[in-house]
Amino acid sequence: MVKRIVVGAHYGLRDWIGQRASAVYMAIYTVIFAIAALTLPEMSYEAWSGLFSGGLMRFLTFLFFLALFYHAWIGVRDIFMDYIKPTGLRLALHVVVLFLLFGYAGWAAQILWRL
Amino acid sequence: MTKRTLQLKIYRYDPDKDEKPYMQDISVELEASDKKLLDALVRLKGVDDTLSFRRSCREGVCGSDAMNINGKNGLACLTDLESLPQPVVLRPLPGLPVIRDLIVDMTQFFKQYHSIKPYLINNDPTPERERLQTPEDREELNGLYECILCACCSTSCPSFWWNPDKFVGPAGLLAAYRFLADTRDQATSERLDNLEDPYRLFRCHSIMNCVDVCPKGLNPTRAIGKIKDMMVARAV
Repeated sequence: MVKRIVVGAHYGLRDWIGQRASAVYMAIYTVIFAIAALTLPEMSYEAWSGLFSGGLMRFLTFLFFLALFYHAWIGVRDIFMDYIKPTGLRLALHVVVLFLLFGYAGWAAQILWRL
Repeated sequence: MTKRTLQLKIYRYDPDKDEKPYMQDISVELEASDKKLLDALVRLKGVDDTLSFRRSCREGVCGSDAMNINGKNGLACLTDLESLPQPVVLRPLPGLPVIRDLIVDMTQFFKQYHSIKPYLINNDPTPERERLQTPEDREELNGLYECILCACCSTSCPSFWWNPDKFVGPAGLLAAYRFLADTRDQATSERLDNLEDPYRLFRCHSIMNCVDVCPKGLNPTRAIGKIKDMMVARAV
């Protein structure tokens, strides 16, 4: 490949909005979760798993984790773009982080639907 | 009036003589007429003519004498000597290659500026007198056209330090918005296409170092926000 600076990937806006939207959702979820957790009748495993037995709470919580992972993906990618200069290494790190986050999403689902 | 002495610590580097840069402790006798940091530097140049720095208009219009003054970028000609704690530490603008002493190579900075096409694009036949704007439309250009390209902002921006070859930087983006905001310009969509890029525009994380240092009191962060607003308006 010829050694020239290439830019113009024509993306960025979607991620920029996505990062903000996911932040708003996480903020709202944090309030919902805090209220739900504080109004638990008692701090026991039964009450705790009862909180997540409803389909809506499970769905909202899973959505929270997806928002968190999407938010983290953009943030971590930004850090790599700033500090990791060799393109091959950057690509490899991107792939590793993506696999990790997909793994975490699956893991989060498994935990939520097991509770 | 009694003579005043100014203590300075100046970054010195002459690639022909010095193996590496060093900080030189030096003091200069000031005259009563010396009000600004540039006055002191010119006075110092009279004593040690090897000291190199850029200067031209000496009144904050040309943007030549931008440097890092006590850790903050600014124009020497606009910086009051009274306001400076001593010793005054002078370094070249951070993040750009040093040519000699306080002179940096601005090639990268101007490359980014040129990349946003800093001129009006209008393919209509030239009118007999001028292309008119309403006063409201003209109002939007205030706070944009005043930029003197001194590079204080871009060289205080970490995103520009890490990616000066790819990130346009606050000065370039302020100029980009100046033409995006101009109702006489016809290349709005191409300009937005040119900036819609994870590096060129979206390296900005709104930390506002640029706003903090701008000697003309301009606000590149706000202009960048407006570019993003335009992109959102175009996309949704």
